[in-house]
Amino acid sequence: MARVVVTVPDRARRGEILQIRTLAGHDMETGFRHTQTGERIPRDIITRFACSYNGVEVFSADLHPAMAANPLIEFTTVATESGTLEFRWTGDNGYSAAHSVSIRVD
Amino acid sequence: MTTRRRFLLLAGGAVASAAAQAQLPPNIAALRQAALQEAVRQVTGGAPVRPGRVKLELPPLVDNGNAVPLAVEVESPMTAADHVAAIHVFTEKNPQPRVVSARLGPRAGRARIATRARIADSGAVLAIAQMSDGSFWSDSVSVVVTLSACLEDGLI
Amino acid sequence: MSARVLPWCLLLALAWGARAEIPLAERRSGYLDMGQATRAMQDDDATNPATLWVLDGEALWARKAGSAALACADCHQDLRGVAARHPAYDAATGRLVNLEQRINQCRTVRQQAPALAYESRALLALTAYVGRQSRGMPIQVEASERTKPFLEAGRATFLRRQGQLNLACTQCHDERAGRRLAGVAIPQGHPTAYPIYRLEWQGVGSLHRRLRNCMIGIRAEPYALGAPEYVELELYLMWRARDMPLESPGVRP
Repeated sequence: MARVVVTVPDRARRGEILQIRTLAGHDMETGFRHTQTGERIPRDIITRFACSYNGVEVFSADLHPAMAANPLIEFTTVATESGTLEFRWTGDNGYSAAHSVSIRVD
Repeated sequence: MTTRRRFLLLAGGAVASAAAQAQLPPNIAALRQAALQEAVRQVTGGAPVRPGRVKLELPPLVDNGNAVPLAVEVESPMTAADHVAAIHVFTEKNPQPRVVSARLGPRAGRARIATRARIADSGAVLAIAQMSDGSFWSDSVSVVVTLSACLEDGLI
Repeated sequence: MSARVLPWCLLLALAWGARAEIPLAERRSGYLDMGQATRAMQDDDATNPATLWVLDGEALWARKAGSAALACADCHQDLRGVAARHPAYDAATGRLVNLEQRINQCRTVRQQAPALAYESRALLALTAYVGRQSRGMPIQVEASERTKPFLEAGRATFLRRQGQLNLACTQCHDERAGRRLAGVAIPQGHPTAYPIYRLEWQGVGSLHRRLRNCMIGIRAEPYALGAPEYVELELYLMWRARDMPLESPGVRP
């Protein structure tokens, strides 16, 4: 189950800066570990995170193996209008997770 | 009766033997420095990187290198004409130098990101901010990474 | 409740040989031994990675399971205090059960579903969810005539030298707590936050997993997850941490 946690206020004043915190459940296997018999464990990580605000991408990040497991990404965006914030994570081996939040901007 | 000195030697030996398993090339530090320079060059295209305007926050002594909280904040009005376009984070001692590259823009309001990184060994962490005018600014912090005292895989 | 009142003779018996025990007022949770950044990670559910498991647990709690097609939520509404008083004496079987065993008891007997394996995602999610409901509440396990044999067995394990390093838990966690080992402060070892997101594991794990780590660390043959020796030790550790607030699910290095 691609579990994610997104924390963002559901209401804001126009022009206010929204503090957004996201967590994604993922082991983020680096590709640098080995089994006890010496075989390399292949890389399996989230490679990209993006946030869209009413369809416009306002933030994105490329993730590398040095990101900790169950990655936390905190960022900001200006509350411009009411609508939907969509969050998407994609990664190796077809990993995909999504979450959306409605926000009311007065 | 186990003396204190003997206790510490035994405990230290238990930790050291677990860490000494990997066969690393003798010039590993030089290889990693070269990889870091190359990764930075790929991001900047060879443009000069000036220290300043960027604040990289990291705990100086980390509890565990598996999850090191870090935050990067950049001084910028974040207007359409003058904003931070991207923030890139690198490490000096990891097997590969990149951590994260975040794309911002005027809609961010503030140029600040926070996350948690894996840091393999004590050394430098580098944050580079790419501005809308094409300039690059940076900050660098040295961290000390300690190991947990009782490693789970210690028997192998 | 009279069964929870500590009889005078039991108090005396447990106090005997307590020369190295930490005075009650000087006990501190491992939370205080962590760096400020790790404490901040635990304090905020929005950044505590264990929240991922709590949410999974919440979903599992509501899901019907087994041939009885029963969900945990069908019988249990208020979970506050449950995690804070386990391991507990199970009158039906005369045995000591911890939270994992209690959950599995419900699964096999009432839900008619297979038991969940120790350290499985599902069992950790459920204990994280149940533990979360007791956050902030004082640890209060039963110390009475009927739990006395289990408490004494757990205490004996705590005081016993084990392994190639020939160390007893008390030597590090009573006598040398607060001093540093390999650059890290030795905690007093109170189970105030289980199940924990351990940075070393990069995931959530149970107290038994942590106890296995300790025994491997002193080069002792660890007991199996869920072994009675661990459940008894768990009871003793919870009693040793009595009245300390539960932080579950916590973050630890």
